[in-house]
Amino acid sequence: MTTEMAEPASKIELPASVAGDGEIPTFHITLRVRRYDPEVSEEARWDDYKLTMYGTDRVLDALHKVKWEIDGSVSFRRSCAHGVCGSDAMRINGRNRLACKTLLKDLDTTKPITVEPIKGLPVEKDLIVDMEPFFQSFREVMPFLINKGHEPTKERLQSVEDRERFDDTTKCILCAACTSSCPVFWTDGQYFGPAAIVNAHRFIFDSRDDAGDMRLEILNDKEGVWRCRTTFNCSEACPRGIQVTQAIAEVKQAILARKI
Amino acid sequence: MQVHKYDVVIVGAGGAGMRAAIESGQRARTAVLTKLYPTRSHTGAAQGGMCAALANVEEDNWEWHTFDTIKGGDYLVDQDAAEVMAKEAIDAVLDLEKMGLPFNRTPEGRIDQRRFGGHTRDHGKAPVRRACYAADRTGHMILQTLYQNCVKHNVEFYNEYYVLDLLIVEEDAVREDGTPYKQKRVAGVVSYDLASGELHVFQAKSVVFASGGAGKVFKTTSNAHTLTGDGMGIAFRRGIPLEDMEFFQFHPTGLAGLGILLTEGARGEGAILRNSEGERFMERYAPTIKDLAPRDIVARAMANEVREGRGCGPDKDYVLLDLTHLEPAHIEAKLPDITEFARTYLGVEPFTDPVPVFPTAHYAMGGIPTNITTEVLQDNDTIVPGLYAAGEVACVSVHGSNRLGTNSLLDINVFGKRAGIAAAEYSKTADFVELPEDPEAMTRGLLSGLLEGNGTERVAQIRKELQDTMDANMQVFRTKESLEQVLNDIEKFEERYKNVTVQDKGKRFNLDLLEAVELGFLLDMAKVMTVGALHREESRGGHYREDFPDRDDEKFMKHSMAYLDSSVTVGSSAESVAGIRLETKPVVFTRYEPMERKY
Repeated sequence: MTTEMAEPASKIELPASVAGDGEIPTFHITLRVRRYDPEVSEEARWDDYKLTMYGTDRVLDALHKVKWEIDGSVSFRRSCAHGVCGSDAMRINGRNRLACKTLLKDLDTTKPITVEPIKGLPVEKDLIVDMEPFFQSFREVMPFLINKGHEPTKERLQSVEDRERFDDTTKCILCAACTSSCPVFWTDGQYFGPAAIVNAHRFIFDSRDDAGDMRLEILNDKEGVWRCRTTFNCSEACPRGIQVTQAIAEVKQAILARKI
Repeated sequence: MQVHKYDVVIVGAGGAGMRAAIESGQRARTAVLTKLYPTRSHTGAAQGGMCAALANVEEDNWEWHTFDTIKGGDYLVDQDAAEVMAKEAIDAVLDLEKMGLPFNRTPEGRIDQRRFGGHTRDHGKAPVRRACYAADRTGHMILQTLYQNCVKHNVEFYNEYYVLDLLIVEEDAVREDGTPYKQKRVAGVVSYDLASGELHVFQAKSVVFASGGAGKVFKTTSNAHTLTGDGMGIAFRRGIPLEDMEFFQFHPTGLAGLGILLTEGARGEGAILRNSEGERFMERYAPTIKDLAPRDIVARAMANEVREGRGCGPDKDYVLLDLTHLEPAHIEAKLPDITEFARTYLGVEPFTDPVPVFPTAHYAMGGIPTNITTEVLQDNDTIVPGLYAAGEVACVSVHGSNRLGTNSLLDINVFGKRAGIAAAEYSKTADFVELPEDPEAMTRGLLSGLLEGNGTERVAQIRKELQDTMDANMQVFRTKESLEQVLNDIEKFEERYKNVTVQDKGKRFNLDLLEAVELGFLLDMAKVMTVGALHREESRGGHYREDFPDRDDEKFMKHSMAYLDSSVTVGSSAESVAGIRLETKPVVFTRYEPMERKY
């Protein structure tokens, strides 16, 4: 399938200081999309789309161009389109990323750009996976503040340092890029996965929370943190730059320290 | 037919919907229906903060906050509602802190506060530190915290259930003065399960609409792709009026060309807007609070600079947001996300280079009319028992003709909580309203019409043309001619929409069909907004008519109320537009007299 060179999906004028001579090139890409629709066939297949794109376009723009101009049945989730809602995590050239945060110009456009659903979760249709197992693990770590003390009339106090202690893990948008990049999660569907541990970390290291021990107990389970083999896939996959492997290591240390 | 029965059904799982669910879920059997997953909702994209007069860092009180809100809305705010919001703001922030929200802290460990546009000390004397915040991801923290607490309270979610109809029955009733009228009552909603393509009827004693805005009527917008005015559209199609829809906020600092939001908190932390001459032009437009003037004023000033030839870039079509004089460490601590957006999407390093910005369609001040208890109004005085609305979908009205920054995160928390409590309490006293015969009929017709048609028009093409004309003619500057152009265009789009094609014919995750349905709502909402704008021959807040540049309190100090009315058949003019009847509703005053709005 080939589209004629149409208007680029988006067009912005950059300041000369950024864009050099001010001319941002258009270029040609082949987008290779993993297609699967059990209503049509039990077999998954690859479809190639030749597109003309603009220098500032993202993978999401390319997917939209396909859906809006060529084949409306290509299915994927997306919402905010700037990396904060977590809808469009997918495997782009074999790596988990958000389609709305991956600029085409940063990929090798001389070869087809492959787009597949994230791994380890059942595929529903094309790039859409069943997120329920992922959210189930999230819910199991008690991802909410538990405070046993009396409620103060005003806010609970927390020092700047105590607030900083868990700042990194508050950034999680539950996109599942980390969990679905983890080789342990691929082979062992029972493993909590990095995202659930990140969200446990966010409360374990919050000075206002009183249920750290309970969460550590949950994560000390045989399907808990000890399954992590420190391959760092998760940290590399996180579109929010969370040091996921480090957070998991800190939870492991907390479990050990508690036992002593 | 698949029928579910709940005491309370909440439509939408952003901030307002989940805040309502936390209250309602503890009092009554509650279901939350969302076309996304809760954590995908656009509350998560809000950045700068949530105002409340905690006075943690300097003197402040809720009365000043009330005044700022009313003046910010150019006196079209219902003053009783603004008082409620400013007063309950303090508990709303403390509630969130107790739920676990990780606010930034002062050296004393209290919730830190920063400056924001239009929020002032003592009735406009100087900017005040009132916005409670978590870096530049306050909305993200609110959304996550509310979702976490929904998990804690076992709130029942139906994810990717797209609500397409509101089931309403009408009963003959008589007013106190003896005149007969039709009393609407809510029976439930109809939703479309995206995963299976099946329809589900939810019968409920109370229904809360909390489905967000309609920013996708514009091309350049900070809004998510999914913000297509569904909730407003559903209510409108069922005879509920929409209030003040001509007032749409353009946020001054969208990333140029893309519309991605860069928080006003940047200017709160000291960033400055400059034109091509390097001039801090806001000094000319708002001498007292300069870059921290309310959004309508800043957005207009920016557009005016560009129009008068002082824009930047090869096409002189944007201005610059300058953070280069701020300490990189300070920027990194307070504004990490927006600096990353500038780097990722424009390749600009904000530490050393100013960021290209231009106004971006951001927020609908108008919506489904409610009273301060969040009960939906079917006309100026009559509530619809059991029907509630909160957040951007609603118009209380706390924002009047221009919302102040941070007041939307406040709105969803204050009125979301009120809606959850009110809906649950009502359900304890009420009986189910009997479902109408064949409750799915309208929805089935809508979907099959789109699926079975042999049209040739592409959804995306009509949508793009709609967004283009809205950007060109319904944006910061408006005239009679530009608005009539939009209405003429929409008339043609409506014709073409009847001939639209949906390529995906399957049942499973048919998002092609979803986009076709959404376009229908976008067309309806664009039309209602434009009709209101054409009729309002004055300039107030976010609505600026170049042919009527002054505020006209005598004629227009009143809310507009748009009703779907097929008996109106005349074409496009200020007085009547096919299918829409415009009425007005008085503004509620308590203690603030309208004054000239200067900053």
